[in-house]
Parts: sequence; C-alpha cells; structure tokens
Amino acid sequence: MKDTATLPIKGEAVALEGANAVAHAMRQMNPDVVAAYPITPQTEIVQTFSEFVANGRVDTEFIAVESEHAAMSACIGASAAGARAQTATAGAGLALMWECLWCAAGLRLPIVMHMANRSLSAPLNILCDHTDAMGARDTGWVQLYGETGQEAYDNAIQAVRIAEHPKVMLPVMHGMDGFVISHTLERVEMLPDEVVKKFVGTYKPAHTLLDVEHPVTYGAFDHWDYFFEHRRQQWEGLTQALEVIPQVGEEYGKLTGRRYGYFEPYRLDDAELAVVIIGSAAGAARVAIDELRDKGVKAGMLKVRCFRPFPAKAVAEALKGCRVVAALDRSTCLGAQGGPLFVETCAALFSAGLRPSVVNYIYGLGGRDTVPAQIHQVYDDLARIAKTGRAEPVFRYLGLRE
Amino acid sequence: MPEKSWKEIPIGGVVLEAGNSFDYETGGWRSRRPILNRDRCNNCMICWVSCPDGTCLVRALDDGGCQMMGFDLKHCKGCGVCAEVCPKEAITMIDESKAREEAAA
Repeated sequence: MKDTATLPIKGEAVALEGANAVAHAMRQMNPDVVAAYPITPQTEIVQTFSEFVANGRVDTEFIAVESEHAAMSACIGASAAGARAQTATAGAGLALMWECLWCAAGLRLPIVMHMANRSLSAPLNILCDHTDAMGARDTGWVQLYGETGQEAYDNAIQAVRIAEHPKVMLPVMHGMDGFVISHTLERVEMLPDEVVKKFVGTYKPAHTLLDVEHPVTYGAFDHWDYFFEHRRQQWEGLTQALEVIPQVGEEYGKLTGRRYGYFEPYRLDDAELAVVIIGSAAGAARVAIDELRDKGVKAGMLKVRCFRPFPAKAVAEALKGCRVVAALDRSTCLGAQGGPLFVETCAALFSAGLRPSVVNYIYGLGGRDTVPAQIHQVYDDLARIAKTGRAEPVFRYLGLRE
Repeated sequence: MPEKSWKEIPIGGVVLEAGNSFDYETGGWRSRRPILNRDRCNNCMICWVSCPDGTCLVRALDDGGCQMMGFDLKHCKGCGVCAEVCPKEAITMIDESKAREEAAA
C-alpha cells in the first residue's frame, strides 16, 4: 500500500442510499460468490448488486437461492472451496440462517454478511431495530454496526480484511439500520475502484476443498474429545479480532481519513453523564449532547461499532470518568435483566472495578423514530440520578406510550 | 491417539490427512459386543458385506476363498446387524460392560 498509505484519498462524493452504498462496496470488492435471497429492507443491496452482475461489472458468481438458509449454506460451501463469499440479509432472513451462522463460524470461514437490521415478527414488522442481529450475537461472528451510509460502506470493505486475517478467520456481519440508513439518501464518499481492490487484496485460504493436491475434510463429526477444543479456538479468533479490528480501522483511516476503532466517543472525555448506543440514533444523541453542552451539562456518548467481540476493557476505560451511564438498546430482550448492550456494559464496568449508576433504555423497536427530545429525556433522568443517587427503575422504555 | 490441546490442532475442525478415520476410535459407545462362534461359521461373508462400518475382519486364503476372523472392536458400534443376518447363528451379541469386566478380571 506504499503509494496510498501516506495520503488520505478524497473519494468521489455521491448521493447514495445506504443499501446502494453497500452494493457499490460489494461491486468494488468483486467477491467470487454472492448467494442471497431478497428480504425487506435488505433487498436493495443484492438487487442493486445483481444488476452489476447482469451488466458484467463484476465477475461474481451470483447464486439466486430459495431461502436465507440456502444463502448461508451456499456461502459456506463456496468459502470452504476457497472463494471469497458474501451475502446480505435482514430480520427474519437472518433468523432463518440461524444454524448455518454457527456452521460458518465453527468452520472458520471468513464470509462477509451485509445487514439492514430489522425487527422480528410477530406482530409483523419490517422496520428497524437490532433484534435480528442481537439474536445472533453469540454465534461466533464478528459484529460491526454503522451509524450512517458512509459507515456501512466503510465497514463493508473493512469486514473482508478482518474476516480473512489469518489470526481471525471468522465470518463478519455488519449492520446498518433498516430503512433509516438503508433507504435514506446520504452523501457518501466512494473510494476509487482500484483502491478498494488493492485494500481488500486477494483471499489466500490455507485450506480449500478444490485444492486436490492437498485434500482436506470440512465439517467432519466432532466428539466430546475435540469439540470443546475447537470451540476454544473460536474464542481465540475473537480475541485476536480485538487486535485486528483497530489495525484494519487504522489502515483504512490512513487511506481515507476516516479512522475506525471499537467505538466512537463523542464529547466523552470530561463527561459525567453518558449514553452508550449503537446505530443511527447516535445522530439524535449528538444533537442533544451539543444542546446540553451549550447549557453546561457534561453530557457525552459512546457509540459502539464493534459489538462482537465486545471490547470490554476499552469500554470501561472510555466510561471510567462517568457518574451515570445509560445503555440504549434497540432490541428486544424479553425476560433478561436488560438489553445486550446494557448487560455487556455493566459487565465491562463491574470487571474493571467501576461502579457508576447504570440504567437501561429500550427504544426504537419496530422502526419507531428516536429524536433528540427523547435523548434529552434520558439525560434529564441521568442528571436526576446523579443528584439523588437513586437509579430505580434500572430497566426503562424510551418513546413508549404508557 | 494422544489427545491434543486446542493450540495443536487445525482450526475449524478441518481434517488435513486423508484416510485417517482408522486411527480414530469410534467403538467406544458400543453397548453390545459381537462374539464369533468359529465352529458354526461357514465363512459365507454375509456379515462382512452387511456390516455398516466394515468391522468384520477377514483373511484371504491361498485357495482364493476367505475366512472370517473376528471383529475390529476399535470401530464396531455393536449394532448387531452381523448377528441378525448370519444364516448359521454363528454370531451372538453379549453385554459390552460384562465383556470388559471379564477382560479386566
């Protein structure tokens, strides 16, 4: 990368919906195999990409499968055969992939999956929340989340490098908020095709099914005697991903001027009241924080990009100065003590010996909008907790009609 | 095979050597053990073709025929198909744990 490492490349600024931005990232990466099935709000990703295939702009073998279970299965077969394989899904489609997600991760296949996050029925809903991806958080996939179309584009490209890193060799799913980002026209800076091509490079798998000189078996039966050891290796892969994700983010930053790590702190350095959040609602939080800062309130935010592996130590370090923390979960966690982001945040703080008051808000389910006024309400609550020291109830709903 | 640590094996459960299933003991969960009665066996080889795991051990004879020798207990899972198909009732299934106790005694 000698010729590009020194200067941030000013990409072409184009108006793109998030889904199209990701489709263009896929075009630029030119995967060997894409197998996908349409599902709202992801459809636009593979629909756009299939046009690139039909128009000969990529060499990709596009497999139009009969379900998401088949889409992931086809990606698994292709990846094991040595291909760079990608797919895209959302909501119920991701749910239908469930058992195959474990196979992809367990076989250590660096498949990349683009998501337009959507709620899970019933009641029938096609709009945004993170319940789909959060349901897959322990399947062994690396999980990244973007706030904007730009971040979705950037995450898509970095995902390949993270997945295929020899120390990681794990599938990566990255999400953008369904409709809110996938169908919203935004300014996106697209890198030149050749720069993306060079950044992702060529996939050089250690073992492939098509290498007849070095035959290999994938998917063999694994008993009590070795299954646990193979699982342990997956933990190691995710631990290594904690090292690799910021390295790739830094390299990408040198290229584009947009640096990526585990998360993006916003006005957090001296913050006493903080929200931890994932996805597009971070935009509303940023607006509210600026207004509060103007009034002298020490408000800040931690926008989490990397949820799996969860960067617990870094999260605790980032929040160590905060007196009150609110984790905002855009996912359903029926019966749990709180949403996934809350539970992880609490565990990270507790393990680091930090004891701020932490509360949890469930928000934005089924596509409900989250606006700065609601974030103000959160910070009002946090200020009250800081003053009184009373955090009950810990589990709260935001933007719900009581 | 000595059991290896998670650091010593290929990731993803991939198997890099061809034909290594012989080294992997899969007979460990057998609850019944086949016993061959040589006096009754006429070496018809029906057990040999019927065994789903290829665990009937056979020796080739100089006259072009073959002889039933016994069972590969490292891989026999005790399904009893051999005993079921034997036309001479030359194979009986006995309790595996008892067989092990007797062998240990």
